[in-house]
Amino acid sequence: MTVTFPHMGNTYITVKVLLDELGINYIVPSFDIKKSLEIGAQIAPESACLPLKINLGNYIQAYNEGADTILITGGKGPCRFGYYSEMEKSILKDNGINMDVIALEVPDNGIRGLIGRIEKLTGGFNLYKIFKALRAAVNTSVMVDELERETFRTRPREIEKGSTDKIYNNFKREVLNCIGFKEVEQKILNTIKELNSLELDKNINPLKIGIVGEIFTTIDSDSSLNLDIRLGNMGVEVARAVTVSGWIIDHMLKPALKLPTDDRFIKYSKPYLKTMIGGHAQETIGNSVIYAKDGYDGLLQIYPLTCMPEIVAQCILPAVSEDYNIPLLTLIIDEMSGEEGYVTRLEAFVDLLWKRRERGRIAL
Amino acid sequence: MSKIGIPRAMYYYKYFPMWKTFFEALGAEVVVSQPTSKRTIDEGSKYCVDEACLALKLYMGHVENLKKDVDHIFIPRFTSISKKEYICPKFGGLPDIVRRNIPNLPNIIDSEVNLYKSQNGAYLAALDAGGYFSNDPIKITRAYKKALTIHNEFKDQLKLGIQPEEIFENKLNLIKKPSDNMLNVVLIGHDYNLYDGYFNLDLIKKLKSKDVNVITIEMMEEDIINKKASKLDKKMFWNFGRVAVGTALETIERKNADGIIYLMTFGCGVDSFVADFIERKVRNNSNIPFTLLTIDEHTGEAGLDTRIEAFIDMIRWRYSHDSDISSHG
Repeated sequence: MTVTFPHMGNTYITVKVLLDELGINYIVPSFDIKKSLEIGAQIAPESACLPLKINLGNYIQAYNEGADTILITGGKGPCRFGYYSEMEKSILKDNGINMDVIALEVPDNGIRGLIGRIEKLTGGFNLYKIFKALRAAVNTSVMVDELERETFRTRPREIEKGSTDKIYNNFKREVLNCIGFKEVEQKILNTIKELNSLELDKNINPLKIGIVGEIFTTIDSDSSLNLDIRLGNMGVEVARAVTVSGWIIDHMLKPALKLPTDDRFIKYSKPYLKTMIGGHAQETIGNSVIYAKDGYDGLLQIYPLTCMPEIVAQCILPAVSEDYNIPLLTLIIDEMSGEEGYVTRLEAFVDLLWKRRERGRIAL
Repeated sequence: MSKIGIPRAMYYYKYFPMWKTFFEALGAEVVVSQPTSKRTIDEGSKYCVDEACLALKLYMGHVENLKKDVDHIFIPRFTSISKKEYICPKFGGLPDIVRRNIPNLPNIIDSEVNLYKSQNGAYLAALDAGGYFSNDPIKITRAYKKALTIHNEFKDQLKLGIQPEEIFENKLNLIKKPSDNMLNVVLIGHDYNLYDGYFNLDLIKKLKSKDVNVITIEMMEEDIINKKASKLDKKMFWNFGRVAVGTALETIERKNADGIIYLMTFGCGVDSFVADFIERKVRNNSNIPFTLLTIDEHTGEAGLDTRIEAFIDMIRWRYSHDSDISSHG
């Protein structure tokens, strides 16, 4: 059995550690996202959301390299992601690609079904080994997110332009050669040290933009035209509250262990959106309010075309923007997105934010 | 007497008789927005982000149409209409979207309808909404029970193939008995897309004028749908997904349908998956002709007509061609 899995930003590092620790054969899908999207868009339903199309491309590229099993998580709706595993299974089958799909979720036949799926994946049910691998994966995700936050901080402040990107890109390439948690951990720590030793401009006070929106396109920088990195290189410090580790810890582990979760975003989204409607609409609205309160200069919402929860958020966000007097830019991504158009809009937005700061906080 | 407005969009086509009975039993006057027109679409698009589906834009148009003439507008917050199933997330955010985008609104009654955990959610919603018109829980409960009875009668009538608008406006005597030359075409789509004639450019009327017997999801027995839908590897967690897939699977098995038409709106997230899922099932397991019609505010009537005509002609030729062969054999 050779496993593959869909890309989502840096999650490949977390999944890699998990599979390394479990001793499972795997193939990391190609990083050529343009090619993945091109392949996926050919066989996916026309108006399906972008992540499904990228997923399908990932699988087919990995299949051509020898992968035969797909590892993916599931969901219970109402976001479409919950039905990805079934859709992908039937689309691949109809296109003559024979791959097994293992969805790590509690299926209709209960917890036993989940245990069965884990047994199939690990070839046994060694609870100690599974627990150890899971712990290593969770720790990895926390560290990777910390590393990314560090790049958000250094990018606008670096004296030698492009040095953060150089270190970060090296890391992303070299981490693929590290096997197991110990080596990956060492690599991450070394990279953070490298970033910390970068020469930074201490006097600079960069613009701050909070990135909100759908989880895949905000976390996966490549799918959203590297907007976060571009902003960093324009001298903007970005922040993104929704992270992979946050999702694993706050959405999966803490509720399972009945621990209190950080639900500030729920409190702040209440006046705008009363209930949970699925996806990350509540996070988008709540975090926007939090960024505004924390004195950020602007908000950037990113989501893939036809994403249902984010359309609701998009309808409501202008009210947040008005109430807190904070500019908002919504960018919607699909396979037709032209890079230059987006960069132009981003530059115009950043210029607007600088002008606002120069004139002090005045009405839009 | 206070006036309560109900927008003629979205779940109006599913629940209107129930809502009308309920509010009238509590002494309110029920006002429905004007039927969809060009103005509805124009006004609705103005108050809505471009990326939303046409159904949401129409809803905004209908609220705009109502707002001056009523004291309350009933915009229930639907998160789930059946156990362990969700509906489109836009329903859950509907009252918030309306409130944040349309100016000068009257009071909005946004009782939450959540049946994810138990059927009791509907009663709780009725108590909340009824509270605006009466302080007497017994009176509200009685109105709720009466409304439920009407709702069940309405569902039974739909099973006979009567369209909601025909029931609402008592046009029952106009229904013609099907003649022999009729084709059976199963029409799958959200009820708010199927039954708004202006919205889908009179699709049902056009089909009927071509001697097509239109069969919709509402005409299927819930038990049969559930039985078929339970065969899926993973349960569809959307209420519409379950009934649509169940209807399609039943159609494939019964073999007495001449064609399947799926009507979706551009940008509908649920439809993008359900339509594709059904198309694969139909193509892999049967030879029933299938077509997918996508509608948005720019859809041209001539283009749609051509596609419907071609689809129906294709089905009829299939049969006449078959008989040619047998006459030679």
